[in-house]
Amino acid sequence: MVHPTLFELSKPGCRAVRWPACDVPQQAVEQLLPENLRAEAPPPLPELAEPDIVRHYVNLSAANMCVDSHFYPLGSCTMKYSPKRNDRLAQWPEFATAHPYQSEESVQGILAILYSLQKMLAEIAGLEAVSLQPAAGAQGELTALLMASAYFRSRGEKRRLVLVPDVAHGTNPASAKMAGFEIVQIASSPEGLIDLTALSQRLDSAVAVFMVTNPNTLGLFEKEIGKACEMVHGVGGLVYLDGANMNAICGIAQPGRFGVDMMHFNVHKTFSTPHGSGGPGAGPVAVTAALEPFLPVPVVRETDGRYWLDYDRPQSIGKIRSFFGNVGVLVRTYCYLRTLGSEGLRQVAERAVLNANYLMARIRHILPVPYNRRCMHEFVATAAKLKAERNIAAMDIAKRLLDYGFHAPTVYFPLVVREALMIEPTETESKETLDRFAEALEKILQEPPELLHQSPQSRPITRPDEVRANREPVVVWKGE
Amino acid sequence: MNPSQLLYTATHEWVYVSESGGEKLATVGLTQYAVESLTDLIFLELPQPGQQVQAGKPLGVVESVKAVSDIYSPVDGEVIEANTALIDQLDRLSQDPYGDGWLVKIRLTGSQLPSSLLDYEAYEKLCAESV
Repeated sequence: MVHPTLFELSKPGCRAVRWPACDVPQQAVEQLLPENLRAEAPPPLPELAEPDIVRHYVNLSAANMCVDSHFYPLGSCTMKYSPKRNDRLAQWPEFATAHPYQSEESVQGILAILYSLQKMLAEIAGLEAVSLQPAAGAQGELTALLMASAYFRSRGEKRRLVLVPDVAHGTNPASAKMAGFEIVQIASSPEGLIDLTALSQRLDSAVAVFMVTNPNTLGLFEKEIGKACEMVHGVGGLVYLDGANMNAICGIAQPGRFGVDMMHFNVHKTFSTPHGSGGPGAGPVAVTAALEPFLPVPVVRETDGRYWLDYDRPQSIGKIRSFFGNVGVLVRTYCYLRTLGSEGLRQVAERAVLNANYLMARIRHILPVPYNRRCMHEFVATAAKLKAERNIAAMDIAKRLLDYGFHAPTVYFPLVVREALMIEPTETESKETLDRFAEALEKILQEPPELLHQSPQSRPITRPDEVRANREPVVVWKGE
Repeated sequence: MNPSQLLYTATHEWVYVSESGGEKLATVGLTQYAVESLTDLIFLELPQPGQQVQAGKPLGVVESVKAVSDIYSPVDGEVIEANTALIDQLDRLSQDPYGDGWLVKIRLTGSQLPSSLLDYEAYEKLCAESV
């Protein structure tokens, strides 16, 4: 059943709130606003009683699948359980009611947390300096690329190319383009890794940045990462790490030590802050000492036990986010890191990798894994054979999983695998959950293809018309 | 077009070269394999006539419910015609990629075609081998 909108539920005269009588002098709207600024009629807002509004939203939220209600192996997204404790701490009034225009003296506690977080992230990255400003991973990419641009400008170098592997997240070429670079795609090796020969063929003095994800989006550790970084440095280029997959290596491998010059963190993935729906996020960037002068303003600094915001940075790329970034999310990140400590963080990565390898071993006899070796935190299976032989597509399996009470894995990414199902269980799932998921997949693949084509059957919406939804999206409710 | 008489790129474009009045004209499209892999198409962007294109560089964009992909030019030259009628009738591209679903016509600048183009057999082999 599709839930009616609030407009459809509206009944004239219903009220959720009755305002008290006004206790200040009132003026007619005609006296306050000229005619050309006044609407002819009030907006047609829905009229409902409070219980109906509450039920509407509660029922809508119950129709959603989220990590608090279902196993959510959405590859590349690291849908780990987010401990409620971090939310609770971030809601302390000391954090939640602070205002960005308060004086530095009155927010020393928050600044201390941000300063300490910069330090922790720098250590995890194995790099010198951190900016907490970017509001999301992709803005972190853009920030770092703008810094790379400023860095080369400061050296009088004109470099216009950014190299991106064919398995990269789509945000990498998008960020590079936004930062004014041209993108060159590098084909992966037959093993699904960086092809050093293909890389070397594109390396010259026009190359500004090589963007790499490690482990890559196939869930494989780039064995030649050290060599690749050396080669890029050999022509004077910089290496950028897309930190989306840090959950597999945090606390074990420091990107700075394998040659990375700059990287971003996706705190909602690796450090369990809420996964958005467009809500506030954070994508801190970490960079080498050579790039430090170009960090956006402000940077949190400490002098003799006093924390302050440094805006006096002549080579900075400037501001990329209002105020100090999304501090509420950064507080959650800080709480997560302090709770786990360095040993706990290492265990996160180890268990994420263990869970992914366990699940891969459980299902690869029914869903083959083309790049079939020890995976990191996720793996990519293919339904290509099932599609050819039984007309069961990756999408059909994904949709049917919803009926079994599991969120679908990522499908059709990365593009180098046909009928891809990208599965990332994360470290927060138990063996029992992974077993139940594997058993569900086994059952689904014994079901008739026709049934799968008509799934999900238990959800409010079965198969939306995706083509029409894309070509003729209805984004504003306009009545019947 | 008969697929066995076309040349192909490893990025799943086909090209047919004809000659008229001393000029070489290339018709370019997406392969059956490409449109099947993309599944339901949503958007198509094609270049304007007069635009210069380079072999291996993007000349347009195709978007499906699965992914957004660049369309790469198989040859160097100048676009003389784009099949803009397709943009609102993407079914024609899905159903007849070698005929009605052609994308652009390009006047070749050089006399040589890029050596990286594949013949039908080599392209079929490439598709069969892909993961």
